[in-house]
Amino acid sequence: MKLNLRVWRQNDQVDKGRMVDYTVDDASEDMSFLELIDVLNEKLILAGQDPIAFDHDCREGICGSCSMVIDGQPHGPQKATTVCQLHMRQFNDGDTINVEPWRAGAFPVVKDLVVDRSAFDKIIQAGGYVSVNTGSAPEAHSTPVPKAAADRSFAAANCIGCGACVAACPNGSASLFLGAKLTHLGEMPQGQPERYERVVTMVDTHDAAGFGGCTNTGACATACPKEIPLDVISQLNKDYLAATVGGKRRKG
Amino acid sequence: MSFSDYTVGAPVVDKAAPDGPIETRWERRKFGVKLVNPANKRKVKIIVVGTGLAGGAAAATLGEAGYHVTSFCYQDSPRRAHSIAAQGGINAAKNYRNDGDSVYRLFYDTVKGGDFRARESNVHRLAEISRQIIDQCVAQGVPFAREYGGLLDTRSFGGVQVSRTFYARGQTGQQLLLGAYQALERQIHAGTVNMYERHEMLELIMVEGRARGIVARDMVTGEISTHLADAVVLATGGYGNVFYLSTNAKGCNVTANWRAHRKGALFANPCFTQIHPTCIPVSGDHQSKLTLMSESLRNDGRVWVPKRLGDDRAPSQIPEDERDYFLERKYPSFGNLVPRDIASRAAKEVCDEKRGVGPTGLGVYLDFADAIARLGRPAVEAKYGNLFEMYERITGENPYETPMRIFPAVHYTMGGLWVDYDLQSTIPGMFVAGEANFSDHGANRLGASALMQGLSDGYFVLPVTIGDYLASTTLPEVAPDAPEVLEAVGAVNERIDTLLSINGTRTVDSFHRELGHIMWDYCGMERTEEGLRKALELIPELRREFWNNVKVPGTGAELNQSLEKAGRVADFLELGELMCLDALHRAESCGGHFRAESQTEDGEAARDDENFAYAGAWEYTGRGEAPILHKEELNFEYVHPTQRSYK
Repeated sequence: MKLNLRVWRQNDQVDKGRMVDYTVDDASEDMSFLELIDVLNEKLILAGQDPIAFDHDCREGICGSCSMVIDGQPHGPQKATTVCQLHMRQFNDGDTINVEPWRAGAFPVVKDLVVDRSAFDKIIQAGGYVSVNTGSAPEAHSTPVPKAAADRSFAAANCIGCGACVAACPNGSASLFLGAKLTHLGEMPQGQPERYERVVTMVDTHDAAGFGGCTNTGACATACPKEIPLDVISQLNKDYLAATVGGKRRKG
Repeated sequence: MSFSDYTVGAPVVDKAAPDGPIETRWERRKFGVKLVNPANKRKVKIIVVGTGLAGGAAAATLGEAGYHVTSFCYQDSPRRAHSIAAQGGINAAKNYRNDGDSVYRLFYDTVKGGDFRARESNVHRLAEISRQIIDQCVAQGVPFAREYGGLLDTRSFGGVQVSRTFYARGQTGQQLLLGAYQALERQIHAGTVNMYERHEMLELIMVEGRARGIVARDMVTGEISTHLADAVVLATGGYGNVFYLSTNAKGCNVTANWRAHRKGALFANPCFTQIHPTCIPVSGDHQSKLTLMSESLRNDGRVWVPKRLGDDRAPSQIPEDERDYFLERKYPSFGNLVPRDIASRAAKEVCDEKRGVGPTGLGVYLDFADAIARLGRPAVEAKYGNLFEMYERITGENPYETPMRIFPAVHYTMGGLWVDYDLQSTIPGMFVAGEANFSDHGANRLGASALMQGLSDGYFVLPVTIGDYLASTTLPEVAPDAPEVLEAVGAVNERIDTLLSINGTRTVDSFHRELGHIMWDYCGMERTEEGLRKALELIPELRREFWNNVKVPGTGAELNQSLEKAGRVADFLELGELMCLDALHRAESCGGHFRAESQTEDGEAARDDENFAYAGAWEYTGRGEAPILHKEELNFEYVHPTQRSYK
């Protein structure tokens, strides 16, 4: 396959950045998209040029490192698929493909396709856990969890923290990410004691980090490679309302 | 004197291990450790490198205990450490199934599964702690699979006959890691842990023979910084990427461990690598990594190849009686659930006979037709849905309709830095946890035991044992400009400058790929004296070429992924040589280490307990210089070595 790539190049955070054209003549349809970039990078290095920087690690769709907007879609055209699992058989010989980093105020570009997603860690720091120290746990079977609750919790906990939801959102909101963690913990009995405190502190941190508000476009759930359901945002709003207006948040 | 003219030094002895009845050893060790006064803990600094299950759990737990912890990871977030990719599950001797499981049985299975090359004391402790791990993770809100009554579900895994594997769909590692990550973030919020993301450890700082800190590079700005502490924990994972193609993440590397090895930490059993039987076969030269299909699939999938040589019919066209379900045929009592080393070798054997399937002939079928007929598609989907989808995305084939094609791939390394019962390396003050150490799996790791070991080390063992070192050692303050610190920084800068100045004609990846081919061909699933000797010639040649002809673009003062890779591959080029030497010296077959010269009449691995019942711990003496072998003799008081049989 011959492919024309237009790739966002930006030296560092202050550089303005630009799209640069490249051609790869010898792509195979069994390659993953990242392997295509590998091949291009090998050529750039040998030609004395700076290779394209991009985040990647596990290359099996679970670490959440890879983060490319391909032809305007976070993670590209294939549904429920991260870029590392996107294979070139999804494209046609002769295609021109645009490759850009996540674009969001809260995710500044570090270099080329690499962005800074540390704001996600800050949101988790604000309460995305059950406060239990090592060694203090009761016997596992002392707390049964209804299967349906465990399954819904898992479906939300499936989030890989890649940030595609933010990149897809016209407002740059991380509500899907936020709702996923709140639903994961909120569905489990272990998550109940801190449930209404957690939702407020996490939402406050989300807002302070520069993420936008949710206007229910649903673009996030469509882009999500793990198909986190949109109803986690309803859960987020419901819990937030109960915590604040409903007075369920208890201080101290 | 060449590298292979190694010498044998004094035996290495585990002085921390208690004796007496095995059931109470851990209890007695815990009572025996000196404790650090709670008020003093916050004055004690501990560095933890790596944020996978072992490192994340250790940093969080040490932070909870009140220590002053500094944690490092090369990824942009601690949540991305490669433990996240573990699929199948985590073992625990809960005996919830009432199928005869017990701590002793998990201990027994693990010692046997490791082909009698692990330390009994460590393994028994691991089996004891397995139960606490499940309690801890459940309390954190880990969404394990549950039954309709609300209790935890389990499944069976290779190498055992009880159902003791707890799981969260095919994403158990992800869910356990997120539990540890969240505990870690909680401590970061509490101010007990300082987190450095996108930082790579490039050197160990030693003062007066003790580990006192590390040199790290900020991978965004290129800044080299020093971090001093009272103890250093390496939880830096395995070295499977020495093979280039493996199921490891692209960033997994041996650099932290190798830097410590060069400074005196013994490296034990480097040749013990695990080749996982169920991975998606290689499709071309561009391939950058291999993808595992969880071992749990062997619960319901049946492995087969055509009986007839060169039978190239589509699998659906091959009638039942012309198929060879070779695992079921050779190992009737364990069938498709034999341990990983045995399943891998059996697959290699049928492919060597030219009965392999797929375009390259390097593959066997993993067929779910029977399971779908028996359980119905929805049940199979509920159990393995995400794995089936992943397979289809990568291969373009639908495994509900046509059997998967699988082939063995490098997955895990049992070898690692030598540690005593307290997880302390031969460098005082340097502790090693998780896959990075060599301790618990012997020559072969059973499925669902890596997660167990990582969390056992991180949550429960290390936070206790490290206190003994800290409470019983006087550690004077190290000045930031102490000569040892400046020397370590100087060495890091010099190495980076050298890599950037060579400006040759080959990329880092091309060297890495070539090294991977050498390792796979000569130090892979089957090893011979002749092949290993060949590899021991090829690797130093390749290393020389690397240092004369590698091309690393850019500068050190920026995000430079080629430079990161270059440093890692340089270390792999030294490790690979040691692995081949270790494999050469161990003239027996055991677990994942199969020496063609040492096999039984029916082609099974033949262990040699008389000559090799020891862990081989290597001392570094200089690049390319003959190392010194220190043996730790292994005594089996409880599980008596037998020829492992899964027939």
